[in-house]
Amino acid sequence: MLLADILSPITVTHYLVVGVILFVCGIVCLVVKRNIIAMLIGVELILNGANINLVAFSSPSLFPSGRAPLVLDGQVFALFVMILAAAEAAVALAIALQFYSRFGTVDVDQGGQLSG
Amino acid sequence: MEAILPQLLLAAWLLPLLSFVLILLAGTRMGKGGRGAGYLATAAIGVSCLLSIIALVGWLVHHPLGGHGGHSEILTGDWYTLAQFESLRFSVGYYVDSLTLGMFVMVTFIAFWIHIYSFGYMHEELDDVRDPLVTAADGGNLIRPGRFHRFYQYLSLFCFSMLGLVVANNLFMVFAFWELVGICSYFLIGFYVERPSATLAGNKAFIVNRVGDFGMIVGLATFLFACGTLHYATPQTASQHHQGLFAIVKEATSEYQGKSNGAPSHEGSSTIPGHGKVGDNSGSAITNKSQKNDKLTPVLLTLAGLALFCGCIGKSAQFPLHVWLPDAMEGPTPVSALIHAATMVAAGVYLVARIYPLLTAEALLVVALVGTVTLFLAATMAVAATDIKRVLAYSTISQLGYMMLGLGVGGWVAGLFHLFTHAFFKALLFLGAGSVIHACGTNEMPSMGGLGRKMPWTAATMLVGCLAISGAGIPLLIGLSGYYSKDAILAQTFLFHRTNPLFGWMFYVALGVAGITAFYMFRLWFLVFWGEPRDEQVAHHVHESPRTMVAALVVLAVLSVISGWSVPGTSWGITSLLEQSRVTPATEMGTLQTVTALRIPEEHASHEPTIHAWVSGLAFLAALLGFAIATLFYAIRWLDPEDVRQQFKGIWELLVHRWYFDQIYEAVFVRNVLRLAAIAAWIDRNIIDWLADHAALAVRGLSQWDDWIDRTFVDGAVNALAAGIYDIGIRLRRWQVGRIRVYIMWIVIGIVALFIIGTIYLGIGANISRG
Repeated sequence: MLLADILSPITVTHYLVVGVILFVCGIVCLVVKRNIIAMLIGVELILNGANINLVAFSSPSLFPSGRAPLVLDGQVFALFVMILAAAEAAVALAIALQFYSRFGTVDVDQGGQLSG
Repeated sequence: MEAILPQLLLAAWLLPLLSFVLILLAGTRMGKGGRGAGYLATAAIGVSCLLSIIALVGWLVHHPLGGHGGHSEILTGDWYTLAQFESLRFSVGYYVDSLTLGMFVMVTFIAFWIHIYSFGYMHEELDDVRDPLVTAADGGNLIRPGRFHRFYQYLSLFCFSMLGLVVANNLFMVFAFWELVGICSYFLIGFYVERPSATLAGNKAFIVNRVGDFGMIVGLATFLFACGTLHYATPQTASQHHQGLFAIVKEATSEYQGKSNGAPSHEGSSTIPGHGKVGDNSGSAITNKSQKNDKLTPVLLTLAGLALFCGCIGKSAQFPLHVWLPDAMEGPTPVSALIHAATMVAAGVYLVARIYPLLTAEALLVVALVGTVTLFLAATMAVAATDIKRVLAYSTISQLGYMMLGLGVGGWVAGLFHLFTHAFFKALLFLGAGSVIHACGTNEMPSMGGLGRKMPWTAATMLVGCLAISGAGIPLLIGLSGYYSKDAILAQTFLFHRTNPLFGWMFYVALGVAGITAFYMFRLWFLVFWGEPRDEQVAHHVHESPRTMVAALVVLAVLSVISGWSVPGTSWGITSLLEQSRVTPATEMGTLQTVTALRIPEEHASHEPTIHAWVSGLAFLAALLGFAIATLFYAIRWLDPEDVRQQFKGIWELLVHRWYFDQIYEAVFVRNVLRLAAIAAWIDRNIIDWLADHAALAVRGLSQWDDWIDRTFVDGAVNALAAGIYDIGIRLRRWQVGRIRVYIMWIVIGIVALFIIGTIYLGIGANISRG
């Protein structure tokens, strides 16, 4: 990638790249970590990657007219996702707590009772 | 009184049924050995008796006795309607006149005393019973539980049935209760069910009665067809359409009378076309009536009456169906007294008296002939019998013959009067015989003798019974009950002899048999009570019977003496009671009658002193002769019966074998029926069973084949499907590793794969890269 490209004005694509990086980090965190808390963090990363996507796609530069009407769809979606994330975190932490009190560990691989 | 009379009779009628039901449900738990059942049944019949007496007294208050009848007053109605098909009605109802009430009192009274008597006679049944006549499998005598309660249970059922038969207001109800008394008789004859002879006798009684009842059904059907109703009387509330049998028959016969006279009578006018019909506002009713009357020809009426009489022949053991009654003596003696002497067998006579208005002169002639033949045959059989109960059984048949004769020759009151007096003295004689049997343990008179000193009460009361049945009395002055009733019948027969000389021999037969009656009754009495004991083994444990039994004997003895009398100072008695409900036979002058010139004499004519004194004297002489011969043979032994027996061996054989009736029936009917039954059984076993067996085998084969298909194909398909799914499941479980990270990885891989596939094959990604 050329320096000129880097220095060129930041476009929607840049945002998307950041979102993808966040998303992949989240997936990797989810897949690699055995600690349930770490997996929750991964989930948060994925959600935030998605948030960036939503915000980026509401950019005024994507409109054919180039003008920026006050359309806040992406931002509103992002707010919803944050609320959702908060709720999800509450439930997931409760599950994590139960998991711990049952198995005495936070290693998810220990909870394989339902495996075939 | 009119209002509550039906209720009184209903209560009197249903109490024994209640007792029957209670004993049926809880008989074994009623006191030790079921003693309570006896008390219950006795109480029920006792109350019944009281209610009947109250009803009778109430009736007499409103319908005072006296005067010669013809104005029969009745009270009739329905308690319950079973079914109604337009004008045809089947119901349970009452037909009350003085005859009904008299029968009610008589039946309940005798039944009450027999219930009491049975406490003594059946007391062995309270414990386990050792039956000396039955050999058990181990060679000893059979020991079985007592059946005291069951005895009383059947007695109660019998009382209910008998009263129902008496009170019935239609022939349908009569038939139902007719069969019920039959089944009670069957139960009680076969009471000692372990004895083969008892079961055989029960079957015989039942089957012989079926023969008669077949005729009765034919009679019922005929009346139903011809008259459209089975009710005796027109119900007091009903319209013209619901006329009773009596009214219809009366109308029909008077119509024929009118026709045969050549001049149309008032009633007959509607049958002649074009006469008196126009403008008649009740035309439809008359047309309806005349249609019915067209069916009811004199011949049909005669035949229908005779068909009904067939039932009476069976029930009252008349010739030729008399064979069942002697065998019925297998039952306990109180049963013989109540059912097979006093009440049930008299039901036939009662029914003849009831349907008297339906019987034509020709039918009555047949009744009289049957009665004559029966009374003679049975009396001769009684002469040769040695079993004490069989002598009494033949005597019963003979006396029933007298009643039939009396009714047949127009002596409606005479025949029924004899029914009442006979009920008392024959019950007495049977109970006396029961007392003797109870003491001796045997029925055979030759092994008795000289019991008079050991059983004074029994001997004395039996003597009263013998005198009563022989018709003892001082002619024209006073006598025992039998004296009055038998004389009445004989006088009426004599009158019949006068009006119809062709049938005069009936009088001489009846007169002669009066002598034979005295002979066999005193033969019995002398053989049992007179002289020296002939069998020490029997004699030494003889004792007088318990007080319950003696009490019944004494009561019945008193009634045997006085039941023919009228209340002093008045003319009130059984005759005047019966006189009140007198009916006349159907044809005063039918068409057939003019051909045969048969005349049923008016009964009142036989009361004329010239006839009555004459007949009374003759009957007394005949009875005296019989008594004298019996005395010569068996009391002072001036003649040896054995000699006479040798002298007249042929006749003796004939009598001992009861005129070979049983043998003839055996050869003609029983054997052929059994042969037919054997053939039927063979067909059943070899053809019908074969068919059924092979049909079953075929079905079994088919189902086996079906089973194979089911197991192989249907089950196979289902099992294969299940096995396949199980197999898939086994394979898939390998993927379920249970580690959440692996699942997530697969999700990611899947999404990426979908994305790549989408990009390459569907060009989804292409747009994005281009955009």
